[in-house]
Amino acid sequence: MKILVCISNVPDTTTKIAFTDDHKNFVTTGVQFIINPYDEIALTRALEITEASGGSVTVINVGDASVEPTIRKALAIGATDAIRVNANPRDAYFVAKQIAAYAEGKGFDLILTGRESIDYNGSQVASMIGEFLNIPAISIVKSLVTEGTGITCEREIEGGKEVVSTPLPAVISATEGMAEPRIPNMRGIMSARTKPLQIIEPVEVAQLQNITGYDKPKPRSQVKLVPSDQVKQLVDLLHNEARVI
Amino acid sequence: MSVLVYTEHSGGKFKKSTFEVVSYASAIAEKMGGTVTAVSIGDVNADELSLLAKYGASKVLNVTLDKLKTFINQAYASVIAEAAKSENSKVVILSASFSGKGLAPRLAVKLNAGYVDGAIALPDMSNGFMVRKGAFSGKAFADVSITSDVKVLTVIPNSYEVKENQKPSNIVEFNPPVADNDFATMVKDIIRASNKVSLPEAELVVSAGRGLKGPENWGMIEELAGLLGAATACSKPVSDAHWRPHEEHVGQTGIAVSPNLYIAIGISGAIQHLAGVSSSKVIVVINKDPEAPFFKAADYGIVGDAFEVVPQLIAAIKEFKAVHA
Repeated sequence: MKILVCISNVPDTTTKIAFTDDHKNFVTTGVQFIINPYDEIALTRALEITEASGGSVTVINVGDASVEPTIRKALAIGATDAIRVNANPRDAYFVAKQIAAYAEGKGFDLILTGRESIDYNGSQVASMIGEFLNIPAISIVKSLVTEGTGITCEREIEGGKEVVSTPLPAVISATEGMAEPRIPNMRGIMSARTKPLQIIEPVEVAQLQNITGYDKPKPRSQVKLVPSDQVKQLVDLLHNEARVI
Repeated sequence: MSVLVYTEHSGGKFKKSTFEVVSYASAIAEKMGGTVTAVSIGDVNADELSLLAKYGASKVLNVTLDKLKTFINQAYASVIAEAAKSENSKVVILSASFSGKGLAPRLAVKLNAGYVDGAIALPDMSNGFMVRKGAFSGKAFADVSITSDVKVLTVIPNSYEVKENQKPSNIVEFNPPVADNDFATMVKDIIRASNKVSLPEAELVVSAGRGLKGPENWGMIEELAGLLGAATACSKPVSDAHWRPHEEHVGQTGIAVSPNLYIAIGISGAIQHLAGVSSSKVIVVINKDPEAPFFKAADYGIVGDAFEVVPQLIAAIKEFKAVHA
Protein backbone atom coordinates (compact mmCIF):
# COMPACT_ATOMS: atom_id res chain seq x y z
CA MET A 1 0.00 0.00 0.00
CA LYS A 2 1.20 3.48 -0.86
CA ILE A 3 0.56 5.79 2.10
CA LEU A 4 0.96 9.54 2.55
CA VAL A 5 1.18 10.79 6.14
CA CYS A 6 0.72 14.51 6.79
CA ILE A 7 2.76 15.84 9.68
CA SER A 8 2.66 19.15 11.54
CA ASN A 9 5.45 20.76 13.46
CA VAL A 10 4.04 21.84 16.84
CA PRO A 11 5.29 23.11 20.21
CA ASP A 12 6.12 20.35 22.69
CA THR A 13 3.17 19.58 25.00
CA THR A 14 5.04 20.98 28.04
CA THR A 15 5.38 24.42 26.39
CA LYS A 16 4.10 27.44 28.27
CA ILE A 17 2.43 29.52 25.60
CA ALA A 18 3.42 33.19 25.26
CA PHE A 19 2.49 35.87 22.73
CA THR A 20 4.10 39.10 21.60
CA ASP A 21 2.95 42.23 23.49
CA ASP A 22 0.54 43.16 20.70
CA HIS A 23 -1.07 39.65 20.99
CA LYS A 24 -0.47 39.10 17.27
CA ASN A 25 2.17 36.36 17.29
CA PHE A 26 3.14 33.24 19.19
CA VAL A 27 6.62 33.57 20.70
CA THR A 28 8.72 30.63 19.51
CA THR A 29 11.93 31.58 21.34
CA GLY A 30 13.08 28.68 23.48
CA VAL A 31 10.20 26.47 22.34
CA GLN A 32 10.97 22.85 21.49
CA PHE A 33 9.09 21.66 18.41
CA ILE A 34 7.90 18.09 17.89
CA ILE A 35 5.87 16.02 15.43
CA ASN A 36 2.22 16.62 16.30
CA PRO A 37 1.41 13.68 18.66
CA TYR A 38 -1.66 12.56 16.68
CA ASP A 39 0.35 12.62 13.45
CA GLU A 40 2.89 10.36 15.13
CA ILE A 41 0.10 7.87 15.82
CA ALA A 42 -0.91 8.02 12.13
CA LEU A 43 2.69 7.56 11.04
CA THR A 44 3.13 4.53 13.27
CA ARG A 45 -0.03 2.87 11.95
CA ALA A 46 1.13 3.54 8.37
CA LEU A 47 4.44 1.81 9.14
CA GLU A 48 2.66 -1.15 10.75
CA ILE A 49 0.52 -1.58 7.62
CA THR A 50 3.42 -1.39 5.16
CA GLU A 51 5.61 -3.64 7.31
CA ALA A 52 2.87 -6.27 7.28
CA SER A 53 1.95 -6.13 3.61
CA GLY A 54 4.48 -4.03 1.73
CA GLY A 55 4.39 -0.55 0.28
CA SER A 56 5.82 2.82 1.15
CA VAL A 57 5.18 5.64 3.60
CA THR A 58 5.81 9.19 2.42
CA VAL A 59 5.55 12.02 4.95
CA ILE A 60 4.54 15.51 3.86
CA ASN A 61 4.79 18.78 5.72
CA VAL A 62 3.95 22.33 4.75
CA GLY A 63 6.54 24.59 6.33
CA ASP A 64 9.79 26.46 5.99
CA ALA A 65 13.31 25.00 6.35
CA SER A 66 13.13 25.24 10.17
CA VAL A 67 10.80 22.19 10.30
CA GLU A 68 13.38 19.83 8.80
CA PRO A 69 14.46 18.33 12.16
CA THR A 70 10.82 17.27 12.66
CA ILE A 71 10.69 15.76 9.16
CA ARG A 72 13.98 13.94 9.80
CA LYS A 73 12.49 12.52 12.99
CA ALA A 74 9.59 11.08 10.96
CA LEU A 75 12.14 9.51 8.63
CA ALA A 76 14.02 8.16 11.65
CA ILE A 77 10.83 6.56 12.95
CA GLY A 78 10.63 4.74 9.62
CA ALA A 79 9.06 6.76 6.78
CA THR A 80 10.46 5.95 3.33
CA ASP A 81 10.82 9.49 2.04
CA ALA A 82 9.59 13.01 2.71
CA ILE A 83 8.14 16.04 0.95
CA ARG A 84 8.31 19.57 2.28
CA VAL A 85 6.08 22.17 0.66
CA ASN A 86 8.12 25.30 1.09
CA ALA A 87 5.55 27.73 2.53
CA ASN A 88 4.20 29.19 5.72
CA PRO A 89 1.25 26.94 6.74
CA ARG A 90 -1.05 29.93 7.24
CA ASP A 91 -4.30 28.00 7.72
CA ALA A 92 -5.85 24.56 7.26
CA TYR A 93 -7.41 25.43 3.90
CA PHE A 94 -3.99 26.40 2.56
CA VAL A 95 -2.30 23.30 3.96
CA ALA A 96 -5.00 20.91 2.73
CA LYS A 97 -4.84 22.43 -0.76
CA GLN A 98 -1.03 21.99 -0.88
CA ILE A 99 -1.28 18.36 0.18
CA ALA A 100 -4.13 17.63 -2.23
CA ALA A 101 -2.20 19.30 -5.08
CA TYR A 102 0.84 17.13 -4.33
CA ALA A 103 -1.15 13.88 -3.87
CA GLU A 104 -3.32 14.29 -6.98
CA GLY A 105 -2.53 11.60 -9.52
CA LYS A 106 0.30 10.02 -7.50
CA GLY A 107 -1.65 6.89 -6.65
CA PHE A 108 -1.68 7.07 -2.86
CA ASP A 109 -4.06 4.46 -1.44
CA LEU A 110 -4.32 6.09 1.94
CA ILE A 111 -3.70 9.61 3.21
CA LEU A 112 -3.37 9.83 6.99
CA THR A 113 -3.38 12.85 9.30
CA GLY A 114 -3.73 13.36 13.05
CA ARG A 115 -7.19 14.24 14.37
CA GLU A 116 -6.00 17.81 14.96
CA SER A 117 -2.77 19.67 15.52
CA ILE A 118 -2.17 20.57 19.15
CA ASP A 119 -1.46 24.21 18.26
CA TYR A 120 -4.47 25.35 16.19
CA ASN A 121 -6.74 22.38 16.98
CA GLY A 122 -8.64 22.71 13.72
CA SER A 123 -9.54 19.08 12.81
CA GLN A 124 -9.89 20.46 9.28
CA VAL A 125 -7.13 19.17 7.04
CA ALA A 126 -8.26 15.54 6.57
CA SER A 127 -11.81 16.32 5.42
CA MET A 128 -10.61 19.20 3.26
CA ILE A 129 -8.13 16.94 1.46
CA GLY A 130 -10.95 14.43 0.97
CA GLU A 131 -13.12 17.14 -0.57
CA PHE A 132 -10.36 18.55 -2.79
CA LEU A 133 -9.64 15.04 -4.13
CA ASN A 134 -13.33 14.00 -4.11
CA ILE A 135 -12.62 10.87 -2.05
CA PRO A 136 -13.99 9.67 1.32
CA ALA A 137 -12.58 11.08 4.54
CA ILE A 138 -13.22 9.61 7.98
CA SER A 139 -12.35 11.75 10.98
CA ILE A 140 -11.17 10.88 14.49
CA VAL A 141 -10.50 7.21 13.92
CA LYS A 142 -9.18 5.00 16.70
CA SER A 143 -8.78 1.75 14.82
CA LEU A 144 -7.85 1.18 11.18
CA VAL A 145 -7.55 -2.28 9.64
CA THR A 146 -7.12 -3.26 6.01
CA GLU A 147 -9.85 -5.52 4.67
CA GLY A 148 -9.74 -6.82 1.10
CA THR A 149 -9.33 -3.83 -1.17
CA GLY A 150 -10.58 -1.36 1.43
CA ILE A 151 -10.28 -0.53 5.12
CA THR A 152 -12.51 -0.71 8.15
CA CYS A 153 -12.30 2.04 10.76
CA GLU A 154 -13.71 2.68 14.20
CA ARG A 155 -14.65 6.32 14.42
CA GLU A 156 -15.42 8.07 17.71
CA ILE A 157 -18.96 9.34 18.18
CA GLU A 158 -20.62 10.84 21.24
CA GLY A 159 -20.98 8.10 23.84
CA GLY A 160 -19.67 5.30 21.64
CA LYS A 161 -18.14 4.36 18.35
CA GLU A 162 -19.16 3.78 14.76
CA VAL A 163 -17.66 1.07 12.56
CA VAL A 164 -17.24 2.39 9.01
CA SER A 165 -15.79 0.70 5.96
CA THR A 166 -14.51 2.54 2.92
CA PRO A 167 -12.93 1.71 -0.40
CA LEU A 168 -9.55 3.27 -1.17
CA PRO A 169 -8.23 5.84 -1.78
CA ALA A 170 -9.43 7.56 1.38
CA VAL A 171 -8.28 10.10 3.95
CA ILE A 172 -8.30 9.12 7.62
CA SER A 173 -7.53 11.26 10.69
CA ALA A 174 -6.05 9.35 13.61
CA THR A 175 -6.69 9.60 17.31
CA GLU A 176 -5.36 7.74 20.36
CA GLY A 177 -5.81 4.00 20.16
CA MET A 178 -4.92 3.54 16.48
CA ALA A 179 -1.28 2.79 17.33
CA GLU A 180 1.30 3.32 20.05
CA PRO A 181 3.89 5.87 18.84
CA ARG A 182 7.41 4.51 18.31
CA ILE A 183 10.70 5.89 19.50
CA PRO A 184 13.29 5.97 16.70
CA ASN A 185 16.24 3.61 17.18
CA MET A 186 19.88 4.35 16.37
CA ARG A 187 19.69 2.66 12.96
CA GLY A 188 16.63 4.71 12.09
CA ILE A 189 18.31 7.94 13.15
CA MET A 190 21.41 7.14 11.08
CA SER A 191 19.47 6.17 7.96
CA ALA A 192 17.16 9.21 8.23
CA ARG A 193 20.06 11.47 7.27
CA THR A 194 20.29 10.01 3.79
CA LYS A 195 16.61 9.34 3.04
CA PRO A 196 15.18 11.53 0.25
CA LEU A 197 13.58 14.81 1.30
CA GLN A 198 12.13 16.65 -1.67
CA ILE A 199 11.31 20.34 -1.44
CA ILE A 200 8.48 21.60 -3.64
CA GLU A 201 6.99 25.06 -4.09
CA PRO A 202 3.39 25.82 -3.04
CA VAL A 203 0.39 26.28 -5.32
CA GLU A 204 -1.63 29.48 -5.00
CA VAL A 205 -4.61 29.41 -2.64
CA ALA A 206 -7.20 32.12 -1.96
CA GLN A 207 -7.10 33.49 1.59
CA LEU A 208 -10.50 33.30 3.25
CA GLN A 209 -9.58 34.11 6.83
CA ASN A 210 -6.78 35.29 9.06
CA ILE A 211 -5.91 35.18 12.74
CA THR A 212 -6.13 38.71 14.11
CA GLY A 213 -4.90 38.02 17.61
CA TYR A 214 -4.40 35.68 20.53
CA ASP A 215 -5.37 35.79 24.14
CA LYS A 216 -4.84 33.62 27.20
CA PRO A 217 -7.52 32.34 29.57
CA LYS A 218 -7.98 34.52 32.64
CA PRO A 219 -6.32 32.97 35.69
CA ARG A 220 -8.81 31.63 38.22
CA SER A 221 -9.17 33.45 41.50
CA GLN A 222 -7.66 31.89 44.63
CA VAL A 223 -8.90 28.36 45.29
CA LYS A 224 -11.41 28.06 48.12
CA LEU A 225 -10.32 25.15 50.31
CA VAL A 226 -12.83 23.04 52.20
CA PRO A 227 -11.56 20.96 55.16
CA SER A 228 -11.44 17.26 54.33
CA ASP A 229 -13.85 16.42 57.17
CA GLN A 230 -16.39 19.02 55.98
CA VAL A 231 -17.19 17.56 52.56
CA LYS A 232 -20.84 18.57 52.92
CA GLN A 233 -19.72 22.17 52.79
CA LEU A 234 -18.38 21.58 49.28
CA VAL A 235 -21.80 20.37 48.11
CA ASP A 236 -23.38 23.51 49.62
CA LEU A 237 -20.88 25.74 47.82
CA LEU A 238 -21.43 23.99 44.49
CA HIS A 239 -25.18 24.38 44.88
CA ASN A 240 -25.54 27.83 46.43
CA GLU A 241 -22.43 29.73 45.33
CA ALA A 242 -21.23 28.15 42.07
CA ARG A 243 -24.78 27.02 41.13
CA VAL A 244 -23.54 24.06 39.13
CA ILE A 245 -25.48 21.30 40.87
CA MET B 1 -30.47 36.23 3.83
CA SER B 2 -30.48 33.17 5.98
CA VAL B 3 -28.29 31.48 8.53
CA LEU B 4 -28.27 27.74 7.96
CA VAL B 5 -27.90 25.37 10.90
CA TYR B 6 -27.35 21.63 10.66
CA THR B 7 -29.44 20.00 13.37
CA GLU B 8 -27.81 16.73 14.33
CA HIS B 9 -29.92 14.11 16.07
CA SER B 10 -29.31 10.84 17.80
CA GLY B 11 -31.91 8.16 17.10
CA GLY B 12 -34.51 10.71 16.01
CA LYS B 13 -34.07 12.97 19.06
CA PHE B 14 -32.28 16.28 18.95
CA LYS B 15 -29.49 16.73 21.43
CA LYS B 16 -28.95 19.68 23.75
CA SER B 17 -25.97 20.71 21.59
CA THR B 18 -28.39 20.95 18.64
CA PHE B 19 -30.62 23.43 20.46
CA GLU B 20 -27.45 25.32 21.41
CA VAL B 21 -26.43 25.74 17.75
CA VAL B 22 -29.98 26.74 16.74
CA SER B 23 -29.94 29.40 19.52
CA TYR B 24 -26.49 30.50 18.35
CA ALA B 25 -27.63 30.73 14.71
CA SER B 26 -30.69 32.64 15.81
CA ALA B 27 -28.57 35.25 17.63
CA ILE B 28 -26.43 35.75 14.50
CA ALA B 29 -29.51 35.99 12.25
CA GLU B 30 -31.03 38.69 14.46
CA LYS B 31 -27.84 40.74 14.26
CA MET B 32 -27.62 40.34 10.49
CA GLY B 33 -31.31 40.95 9.90
CA GLY B 34 -31.99 37.47 8.52
CA THR B 35 -33.75 34.24 9.42
CA VAL B 36 -32.63 30.78 10.50
CA THR B 37 -33.16 27.70 8.35
CA ALA B 38 -32.46 24.33 9.94
CA VAL B 39 -31.52 21.25 7.94
CA SER B 40 -32.32 17.86 9.47
CA ILE B 41 -31.23 14.60 7.83
CA GLY B 42 -32.75 11.19 8.57
CA ASP B 43 -35.68 9.90 10.62
CA VAL B 44 -36.95 12.71 12.83
CA ASN B 45 -40.69 13.00 13.39
CA ALA B 46 -42.74 16.18 12.94
CA ASP B 47 -43.14 16.78 16.70
CA GLU B 48 -39.42 16.71 17.21
CA LEU B 49 -38.78 18.88 14.13
CA SER B 50 -41.24 21.46 15.37
CA LEU B 51 -39.09 21.91 18.51
CA LEU B 52 -36.54 23.71 16.35
CA ALA B 53 -38.94 26.64 15.88
CA LYS B 54 -38.88 27.21 19.64
CA TYR B 55 -35.21 28.20 19.48
CA GLY B 56 -35.53 30.42 16.43
CA ALA B 57 -35.63 28.29 13.27
CA SER B 58 -38.29 29.78 11.00
CA LYS B 59 -37.89 27.04 8.40
CA VAL B 60 -36.85 23.39 8.63
CA LEU B 61 -35.56 21.50 5.60
CA ASN B 62 -36.38 17.87 6.27
CA VAL B 63 -34.19 15.43 4.32
CA THR B 64 -35.70 11.96 4.40
CA LEU B 65 -33.97 10.09 1.58
CA ASP B 66 -33.59 6.40 2.55
CA LYS B 67 -29.92 6.30 1.64
CA LEU B 68 -29.24 9.10 4.12
CA LYS B 69 -30.59 7.34 7.21
CA THR B 70 -27.09 6.63 8.48
CA PHE B 71 -24.34 9.21 8.62
CA ILE B 72 -22.27 9.35 5.43
CA ASN B 73 -19.83 12.23 5.69
CA GLN B 74 -19.53 12.97 1.96
CA ALA B 75 -23.25 12.70 1.22
CA TYR B 76 -24.32 14.74 4.25
CA ALA B 77 -21.83 17.47 3.31
CA SER B 78 -23.31 17.57 -0.20
CA VAL B 79 -26.87 17.83 1.12
CA ILE B 80 -25.99 20.64 3.56
CA ALA B 81 -24.10 22.50 0.82
CA GLU B 82 -27.14 22.22 -1.47
CA ALA B 83 -29.34 23.52 1.34
CA ALA B 84 -26.98 26.48 1.87
CA LYS B 85 -27.09 27.30 -1.83
CA SER B 86 -30.86 27.00 -2.16
CA GLU B 87 -31.38 29.16 0.95
CA ASN B 88 -28.72 31.69 -0.09
CA SER B 89 -27.15 31.20 3.34
CA LYS B 90 -24.23 33.43 4.24
CA VAL B 91 -23.43 31.67 7.50
CA VAL B 92 -23.58 27.91 8.11
CA ILE B 93 -23.48 26.65 11.71
CA LEU B 94 -22.80 23.12 12.98
CA SER B 95 -22.05 21.66 16.39
CA ALA B 96 -18.37 20.82 16.94
CA SER B 97 -19.48 17.21 17.50
CA PHE B 98 -17.50 14.29 16.11
CA SER B 99 -19.68 14.31 12.98
CA GLY B 100 -19.75 18.10 12.74
CA LYS B 101 -15.95 18.20 12.77
CA GLY B 102 -15.90 15.86 9.80
CA LEU B 103 -18.62 17.67 7.84
CA ALA B 104 -17.72 21.32 8.25
CA PRO B 105 -14.33 21.27 6.45
CA ARG B 106 -15.89 19.58 3.40
CA LEU B 107 -18.71 22.12 3.44
CA ALA B 108 -16.26 24.99 3.65
CA VAL B 109 -14.44 23.74 0.53
CA LYS B 110 -17.72 23.20 -1.34
CA LEU B 111 -18.94 26.71 -0.48
CA ASN B 112 -15.56 28.48 -0.87
CA ALA B 113 -16.15 29.56 2.69
CA GLY B 114 -13.78 30.54 5.46
CA TYR B 115 -14.26 28.15 8.35
CA VAL B 116 -13.65 28.52 12.06
CA ASP B 117 -13.85 25.31 14.05
CA GLY B 118 -14.89 25.29 17.68
CA ALA B 119 -16.27 28.79 18.25
CA ILE B 120 -16.72 29.48 21.98
CA ALA B 121 -18.79 32.66 21.70
CA LEU B 122 -20.88 34.62 19.21
CA PRO B 123 -18.89 36.29 16.43
CA ASP B 124 -17.99 39.93 16.80
CA MET B 125 -19.69 41.54 13.79
CA SER B 126 -18.98 45.16 14.71
CA ASN B 127 -16.21 45.36 12.13
CA GLY B 128 -16.22 42.32 9.88
CA PHE B 129 -16.80 38.82 11.25
CA MET B 130 -14.45 37.73 14.01
CA VAL B 131 -14.77 34.46 15.87
CA ARG B 132 -13.03 33.40 19.06
CA LYS B 133 -11.87 29.79 19.36
CA GLY B 134 -9.57 27.79 21.60
CA ALA B 135 -5.96 27.35 20.47
CA PHE B 136 -2.86 25.59 21.74
CA SER B 137 -5.17 22.91 23.13
CA GLY B 138 -6.85 25.09 25.72
CA LYS B 139 -3.78 27.12 26.67
CA ALA B 140 -4.94 30.13 24.62
CA PHE B 141 -7.64 31.64 22.41
CA ALA B 142 -7.31 32.75 18.81
CA ASP B 143 -9.49 35.41 17.19
CA VAL B 144 -10.09 34.54 13.57
CA SER B 145 -11.50 37.00 11.09
CA ILE B 146 -13.40 35.41 8.19
CA THR B 147 -13.27 37.50 5.03
CA SER B 148 -15.11 35.27 2.54
CA ASP B 149 -18.72 35.90 1.50
CA VAL B 150 -19.97 32.61 2.98
CA LYS B 151 -18.81 31.54 6.42
CA VAL B 152 -18.86 28.17 8.17
CA LEU B 153 -18.62 27.77 11.95
CA THR B 154 -18.75 24.90 14.39
CA VAL B 155 -19.65 25.64 18.01
CA ILE B 156 -18.21 23.85 21.04
CA PRO B 157 -20.94 21.96 22.97
CA ASN B 158 -21.92 23.59 26.26
CA SER B 159 -20.27 26.92 25.39
CA TYR B 160 -23.44 28.73 24.25
CA GLU B 161 -26.68 28.67 26.22
CA VAL B 162 -29.93 27.38 24.80
CA LYS B 163 -32.29 30.37 24.39
CA GLU B 164 -35.94 30.30 23.44
CA ASN B 165 -36.99 32.49 20.53
CA GLN B 166 -40.26 31.02 19.25
CA LYS B 167 -41.02 31.21 15.52
CA PRO B 168 -43.94 29.67 13.65
CA SER B 169 -43.06 26.11 12.68
CA ASN B 170 -42.54 25.61 8.94
CA ILE B 171 -41.29 22.17 7.88
CA VAL B 172 -40.61 21.46 4.20
CA GLU B 173 -39.33 18.33 2.48
CA PHE B 174 -35.91 18.80 0.93
CA ASN B 175 -34.37 16.03 -1.12
CA PRO B 176 -31.64 17.28 -3.43
CA PRO B 177 -29.93 14.83 -5.81
CA VAL B 178 -26.76 13.34 -4.31
CA ALA B 179 -24.04 11.80 -6.50
CA ASP B 180 -23.46 8.03 -6.17
CA ASN B 181 -19.81 8.75 -5.54
CA ASP B 182 -20.82 10.32 -2.22
CA PHE B 183 -21.97 6.96 -0.87
CA ALA B 184 -18.64 5.12 -0.98
CA THR B 185 -18.36 4.63 2.78
CA MET B 186 -20.68 2.35 4.70
CA VAL B 187 -21.61 2.31 8.37
CA LYS B 188 -21.37 -1.31 9.50
CA ASP B 189 -22.19 -0.90 13.16
CA ILE B 190 -22.85 1.66 15.86
CA ILE B 191 -21.84 0.72 19.37
CA ARG B 192 -23.09 2.91 22.18
CA ALA B 193 -22.59 2.50 25.89
CA SER B 194 -26.23 3.23 26.72
CA ASN B 195 -25.80 4.32 30.33
CA LYS B 196 -22.85 6.61 29.79
CA VAL B 197 -22.86 10.39 29.51
CA SER B 198 -20.89 11.52 26.47
CA LEU B 199 -17.72 13.29 27.64
CA PRO B 200 -17.29 16.08 25.04
CA GLU B 201 -20.88 17.26 25.60
CA ALA B 202 -21.07 16.66 29.35
CA GLU B 203 -22.21 19.42 31.69
CA LEU B 204 -20.64 17.66 34.65
CA VAL B 205 -17.45 15.61 34.60
CA VAL B 206 -15.88 13.43 37.31
CA SER B 207 -12.26 12.74 36.44
CA ALA B 208 -9.61 10.72 38.25
CA GLY B 209 -5.89 10.15 37.99
CA ARG B 210 -3.03 8.06 39.22
CA GLY B 211 -3.94 8.93 42.80
CA LEU B 212 -6.59 6.22 42.49
CA LYS B 213 -3.76 3.63 42.47
CA GLY B 214 -5.41 1.13 40.13
CA PRO B 215 -8.34 0.45 37.78
CA GLU B 216 -10.08 -1.62 40.46
CA ASN B 217 -10.71 1.57 42.45
CA TRP B 218 -12.88 3.27 39.83
CA GLY B 219 -16.11 2.00 41.37
CA MET B 220 -16.46 5.08 43.59
CA ILE B 221 -15.69 7.39 40.63
CA GLU B 222 -18.44 5.77 38.58
CA GLU B 223 -20.82 5.90 41.53
CA LEU B 224 -20.16 9.62 42.06
CA ALA B 225 -20.55 10.32 38.32
CA GLY B 226 -23.75 8.28 38.22
CA LEU B 227 -25.25 10.22 41.14
CA LEU B 228 -24.45 13.54 39.48
CA GLY B 229 -25.38 12.45 35.95
CA ALA B 230 -21.79 13.24 35.04
CA ALA B 231 -19.42 11.78 32.45
CA THR B 232 -16.32 9.97 33.70
CA ALA B 233 -12.87 11.05 32.56
CA CYS B 234 -9.23 10.43 33.41
CA SER B 235 -5.69 11.76 33.07
CA LYS B 236 -3.19 10.62 30.43
CA PRO B 237 -1.11 8.30 32.66
CA VAL B 238 -4.33 6.44 33.50
CA SER B 239 -5.33 5.85 29.87
CA ASP B 240 -1.71 5.12 28.89
CA ALA B 241 -1.68 2.39 31.54
CA HIS B 242 -5.00 1.10 30.12
CA TRP B 243 -6.76 1.55 33.45
CA ARG B 244 -9.40 3.47 31.48
CA PRO B 245 -10.18 3.71 27.73
CA HIS B 246 -8.48 6.38 25.59
CA GLU B 247 -11.73 8.19 24.91
CA GLU B 248 -11.85 9.19 28.61
CA HIS B 249 -8.45 10.90 28.42
CA VAL B 250 -8.85 14.62 29.02
CA GLY B 251 -5.92 16.88 28.20
CA GLN B 252 -3.84 18.41 25.47
CA THR B 253 -3.50 15.18 23.49
CA GLY B 254 -6.92 13.86 24.49
CA ILE B 255 -10.35 15.44 24.75
CA ALA B 256 -10.77 19.11 25.62
CA VAL B 257 -13.87 19.56 27.76
CA SER B 258 -15.94 22.61 28.70
CA PRO B 259 -18.36 21.41 31.38
CA ASN B 260 -20.06 23.54 34.03
CA LEU B 261 -18.31 21.46 36.69
CA TYR B 262 -15.10 19.44 36.48
CA ILE B 263 -14.17 17.40 39.55
CA ALA B 264 -10.55 16.21 39.47
CA ILE B 265 -9.69 13.44 41.91
CA GLY B 266 -6.09 12.34 42.46
CA ILE B 267 -4.82 14.29 39.44
CA SER B 268 -1.75 16.44 40.11
CA GLY B 269 -2.47 18.89 37.27
CA ALA B 270 0.31 18.64 34.69
CA ILE B 271 0.28 21.49 32.16
CA GLN B 272 -1.04 19.13 29.46
CA HIS B 273 -4.02 18.13 31.60
CA LEU B 274 -4.80 21.70 32.64
CA ALA B 275 -4.91 22.69 28.95
CA GLY B 276 -7.78 20.28 28.36
CA VAL B 277 -9.91 21.58 31.24
CA SER B 278 -9.22 25.33 31.08
CA SER B 279 -12.65 26.16 29.67
CA SER B 280 -14.50 24.37 32.48
CA LYS B 281 -16.69 26.87 34.31
CA VAL B 282 -16.03 25.51 37.82
CA ILE B 283 -13.16 23.22 38.82
CA VAL B 284 -13.00 21.18 42.03
CA VAL B 285 -9.74 19.48 42.95
CA ILE B 286 -9.40 16.68 45.49
CA ASN B 287 -5.78 15.73 46.13
CA LYS B 288 -3.80 14.64 49.17
CA ASP B 289 -0.80 16.72 48.11
CA PRO B 290 -1.41 20.38 49.07
CA GLU B 291 1.37 21.35 46.63
CA ALA B 292 -0.37 19.72 43.63
CA PRO B 293 -0.30 22.33 40.80
CA PHE B 294 -3.98 21.65 40.07
CA PHE B 295 -5.00 23.64 43.18
CA LYS B 296 -3.71 26.80 41.44
CA ALA B 297 -6.14 26.18 38.58
CA ALA B 298 -9.11 25.25 40.79
CA ASP B 299 -12.08 27.14 42.18
CA TYR B 300 -12.68 24.76 45.09
CA GLY B 301 -10.39 22.23 46.64
CA ILE B 302 -10.11 19.60 49.32
CA VAL B 303 -6.69 18.51 50.55
CA GLY B 304 -7.26 14.93 51.49
CA ASP B 305 -7.01 11.28 50.55
CA ALA B 306 -9.38 10.39 47.71
CA PHE B 307 -10.27 7.12 49.43
CA GLU B 308 -11.58 9.07 52.42
CA VAL B 309 -12.99 12.15 50.69
CA VAL B 310 -14.85 10.55 47.77
CA PRO B 311 -17.03 8.24 49.91
CA GLN B 312 -17.95 11.27 52.05
CA LEU B 313 -18.73 13.25 48.91
CA ILE B 314 -20.95 10.42 47.65
CA ALA B 315 -22.82 10.43 50.96
CA ALA B 316 -23.17 14.23 50.89
CA ILE B 317 -24.50 14.19 47.31
CA LYS B 318 -27.01 11.46 48.23
CA GLU B 319 -28.19 13.59 51.13
CA PHE B 320 -28.36 16.66 48.87
CA LYS B 321 -30.37 14.77 46.27
CA ALA B 322 -32.77 13.47 48.90
CA VAL B 323 -33.53 17.07 49.94
CA HIS B 324 -33.64 18.54 46.42
CA ALA B 325 -35.35 15.68 44.61
